[in-house]
Amino acid sequence: MSIPRKNRMAGLITAVTMAGLLSMGMTAGAAAQAPTEAAGPQSIDYWSLLFVFVLSSFIGLGIIRRVSRLLHTPLMSITNAISAIAVVGSIIVTGADYPTPIRIMGAIALFASMTNIVSGFLITDRMLKMFKTEHKQVEGGHS
Amino acid sequence: MIHGLVQFAYLIATALFVFALHWMNAPVTARRGVYAGVVAMVIAVAATWAQPEVVHHAWIILAIIAGFVVGVPLSMVPLTAVPQRTALSHAFGGLAAGLVGTAKFYLWYSEGAGNLTTFRMIAIITEIILGYLTFTGSLMAAGKLQEVKWIPQRPVTYPLQNLSNFALLGIAAVVGIALTISPTAPWAPKLFPIIIVLALLFGVLLIIPIGGADMPTVIAILNSYAGLSAVAMGFVLDNKLLITAGALDGSSGLILAVIMCKAMNRSFTNVLFGAFGQVQQKQIGGEQKVYKGETIEGAAQVMEQANLVVIIPGYGMAVAQAQHKVRELYDQLKKRGITVKFAIHPVAGRMPGHMNVLLAEADIPYTDLMEMDDINADMPQCDVALVVGANDVVNPAARYDKSSPIYGMPIIDADKARTIFAIKRSKSPGFAGIDNELYFLDKTWMLFGDAKNVIGELVKQLSGGSGMH
Repeated sequence: MSIPRKNRMAGLITAVTMAGLLSMGMTAGAAAQAPTEAAGPQSIDYWSLLFVFVLSSFIGLGIIRRVSRLLHTPLMSITNAISAIAVVGSIIVTGADYPTPIRIMGAIALFASMTNIVSGFLITDRMLKMFKTEHKQVEGGHS
Repeated sequence: MIHGLVQFAYLIATALFVFALHWMNAPVTARRGVYAGVVAMVIAVAATWAQPEVVHHAWIILAIIAGFVVGVPLSMVPLTAVPQRTALSHAFGGLAAGLVGTAKFYLWYSEGAGNLTTFRMIAIITEIILGYLTFTGSLMAAGKLQEVKWIPQRPVTYPLQNLSNFALLGIAAVVGIALTISPTAPWAPKLFPIIIVLALLFGVLLIIPIGGADMPTVIAILNSYAGLSAVAMGFVLDNKLLITAGALDGSSGLILAVIMCKAMNRSFTNVLFGAFGQVQQKQIGGEQKVYKGETIEGAAQVMEQANLVVIIPGYGMAVAQAQHKVRELYDQLKKRGITVKFAIHPVAGRMPGHMNVLLAEADIPYTDLMEMDDINADMPQCDVALVVGANDVVNPAARYDKSSPIYGMPIIDADKARTIFAIKRSKSPGFAGIDNELYFLDKTWMLFGDAKNVIGELVKQLSGGSGMH
């Protein structure tokens, strides 16, 4: 059930490498995008977006596969909180100088995402605190 | 300049999210993952907020405060209600994605139609269909799990169900294609709400034929959808952080769903469109079998003589809130030098990992929580198997009865133990509506009653017998 130390290290190194590769991809994407931005607002480099999507899905599959089965419920609540990254889009829609109805939709979306962030991280931590290896006071405390 | 800084902040946030999930691989490091996630989220929010186009701050502050006001209580629900909470948060995620997609479409339609490129329109349509169907679908799932009165618990089926559902989705897709081809047509803003309504409706119809036993898979699939709708939002807004974080969530939901499906020996399509509940009623009938009851005293005596006791929890334990009593029983048996292990089936409960969290809450060391494959090797040496509110996951019919709806599902080999005690609330069949053959074996004894009471009585019997009080 528990993963040998060696594999864990290997996992960490893989994760770092993957994150590094991903970030290089993202920077490259950002750099490639800079000149096109001047050309007009409508042109987005969607190929680089698709690359980012595919690569990060592979990273996700690789990492999640190694998550202990014990922790599947906390995993789901932490990914809930992480996918509430929609907060980023909601802030722009709420805060930019847009017509009021648009901003109302943004504010509701912001509220919904914020709820997920707050409750997601808090409940994940609450659950994780409960996972212990041994009873701390079983011997002395009972008789 | 600020653009570069924001991108850099997003980059850091992405890396931290990857680490957050990486640290979830073991309980020892998992809390570090939560901190990494929080830091990443704060960085992402701060960077976004600092952008020059954000000029109205009051609403943002209000919405964030409202999020805290609702979010903090939602994080304090009892652990038995975690499946509902999770489903509810998928609903919120879907709603946020749907609303941002809608807002962006109308914004660009009225000012800056040049932004509505084909690629963007495909992304917007995907975002709102996924977002809104996740919204209503997850609300339905949460309602079923919470046992809200006006949402039917049992699967609801009707003729041509799948056909009509797909017809709905097909209409939504056709409307979506029309919009993609001419997003700036005068009828476009009128057609757009049709997709929203169809997606909302499809979400409801997708979930009503699904029964409680399939909830772990369905929750995982909705988790994946919520993530994918964030990805679609990233495509719409040209934001790579949304894409990476959404993809992590999407792949997590996908993996969990695959694990759940494997643990039931079923396919995705079978879970979503198979209407599991259908097959049941026909089976009952034939010869009448009788359960053999056992008294608490008798059960306690047998347990005291055991070397290895394996406790097999199921959703019934969660319903009865029996985990703390189970812990007392665990302590009593441990005190006698008896080895006690817990056999956790991947789909026990109503969401992935549900049982582990409940038992951890009751302070049972996670080193005694065994996965199905690990414990099955020990089952022939097991003296007493105690089934607490589990049913289908210990039904031996899964091994050989081809007519059974659970045929082929891997099970915990409770029937290989020397003696089996099964706690059961009533004499009716379990959630999937299937009679459990385990209960009719010669070595199986039933303990009828609420799991919490029965185990409480067992504990009382054991502590009285040991002369402790």
